Amino acid sequence: MRARRRSGLIFAGLTLLVAAVAVLSVGVGAVPIPPSRIVNLVAHASADPASARDALVILNIRLPRTLLGLMVGAGLAVSGALMQGLFRNPLADPALVGVSAGAGLAAATIIVLGDGVLRSLGLPGPLPYAVLPAGAFLGGLAATLGLTLVATRSGRTSVTTMLLAGIALGALTGAMTGLLVFASNDRQLRDLTFWSLGSLGGASWTKVAATAPAILPVLAAVPFLGRGLNALVLGEAEAFHLGIPVERLKRAAILLVAVAVGAGVAAAGVIGFVGLVVPHALRLAIGPDHRRLLPAAALLGGALLVLADVAARLVVAPAELPIGIVTALVGAPVFLWLLLSGQRGFDG
Amino acid sequence: MTDCSTPRLWSRRALLAGAVIGVVPGVSRAAEPAARIASLGGAVTEILYRLGAAERVVAVDTTSLFPANVLREKPNVGYLRALSAEGLLSLGPDLVIAAEGAGPPEVLALVREAGVPVSLVREPPTPEGVLDKILTVGHLAGLAPAAERLAAEVGARFAELARARARIGRRARALVILSVANGRMMAGGRGSSADGILALAGIDNAVTGFDGYKPIGDEAILAAAPDAVVMMQNGTDAPSPDGVFAPGTALGQTPAAARRALVAMDGLTLLGFGPRTPDAARDLMQAIYPDLPRD
Repeated sequence: MRARRRSGLIFAGLTLLVAAVAVLSVGVGAVPIPPSRIVNLVAHASADPASARDALVILNIRLPRTLLGLMVGAGLAVSGALMQGLFRNPLADPALVGVSAGAGLAAATIIVLGDGVLRSLGLPGPLPYAVLPAGAFLGGLAATLGLTLVATRSGRTSVTTMLLAGIALGALTGAMTGLLVFASNDRQLRDLTFWSLGSLGGASWTKVAATAPAILPVLAAVPFLGRGLNALVLGEAEAFHLGIPVERLKRAAILLVAVAVGAGVAAAGVIGFVGLVVPHALRLAIGPDHRRLLPAAALLGGALLVLADVAARLVVAPAELPIGIVTALVGAPVFLWLLLSGQRGFDG
Repeated sequence: MTDCSTPRLWSRRALLAGAVIGVVPGVSRAAEPAARIASLGGAVTEILYRLGAAERVVAVDTTSLFPANVLREKPNVGYLRALSAEGLLSLGPDLVIAAEGAGPPEVLALVREAGVPVSLVREPPTPEGVLDKILTVGHLAGLAPAAERLAAEVGARFAELARARARIGRRARALVILSVANGRMMAGGRGSSADGILALAGIDNAVTGFDGYKPIGDEAILAAAPDAVVMMQNGTDAPSPDGVFAPGTALGQTPAAARRALVAMDGLTLLGFGPRTPDAARDLMQAIYPDLPRD
């Protein structure tokens, strides 16, 4: 009873946190806009020409950016929690199912070779910008499906094979990306670097509209996996005897992660650490029950990524830091502090 | 102003329309020049300053390194290719002049949506490219007459450079090293800005095996057998011949080492392809061919 009340409190707190962070993210930025005008703009989308620029900054820059951050952060954190549950390993993160590797290779290929391919086909360049996120998403999905096929023998997906094959795939795509880096010119190299550090800077309503259909269904599906993942902690055979459709559960989790992370990477580049830190922090606070952990991870992941984005655009304004730098710079010490201050070790 | 550069200049004005990509139509810059310009790109900023528009520049990017006080005086919106829409808009520019490759494209789209015209200026590493750039930037800033004067002046310097180039007897072959990281040297190959400045200075590029800037290995350095080595100087931190041509290193066994022919020049001056390019090429030429007769 007490545990239930406690987790209820934590959920209320997390929801409040998301709301507060969203308000902060819409309220602050390089362009100073008084709060009263923001309320006015958001409430009425007023057509006052004097505030046309402010309207654009709020409605077309900060709002889509905040929504994109909430979705991508939620997707990454939930994916991290799913992976840790599925692999029964606290170190697991979405990279293990090859999404990031596949998406990264696809993105590098498009950045380095895209314009050349276009030219050789006699088409006018440059490549439409949407090709990069779309390619990254498909690359991530393809890598995960490939890995799942490799790891599946007579209808059973071996999590261990998948993990090892994932490491091999990571090495392979890493080498191929290295080859592309070698072939790239200075400009392409810079693009690759910035892409691999991630940013929400390119957020637009188009991106929000393209990302929502991928991430929102994943977030909606997640509550149905909680019970199965809880049983899986005991082992696959034990979960099976408890009546959990283990194979379906594994495949569903892998697919959901591939879709959520693929869409996140496509929209904002590679953003590290959210998927690792958020589930661990929550486990220390509300325990390992996936039925509570997964939705809580969605809330905290979204809030943290948006908060990191606020920092990324304020610290060096009017310039911007890549958000991957902020998440790792803040995430790593916080993670260490959590480990040291927590009563429970992860191996206990 | 010399007579050999002026006629070419007028025909170049016709190219102007082609040199500007993406000017918002219907905005007449000649009628009312922009009062607040965001200048993104080392050469663009350098040109605006040379044209006397320093007061009107309200934002620069991290590559705007010349004149040296720019980055101290003006707000820096970050790296040219990783701009922030809100950051740019917060400085209230009414015109953005950027080197081509500025981005990301979604950010530029947002800036245009806010009613701020964004003009991208092409940057081919040739004398024509430099003159086009000067005229284009001047036209955009409403300083066409000043830009024509500057272009004529720079064009005359290029013509002077061409005459000096004609006096070179045996052409030297040089290796341009952009940077040394972890013992690996990045050398300028075909089509790089290093290749362009060497050509202007009447020097052959010793590296012909690859395009752009690539790491170069010891064997490739020996095979290139350069007569001279050109390196970048960061501030006062100049590379010394003793270090560069140390015995036992690949560079120490090249013809350049025997002549101790090492030239260190500031990176942006040498590779920036702005108004100072003819002078940079002239300095490089003088350093490589010290016995070349003067005008």
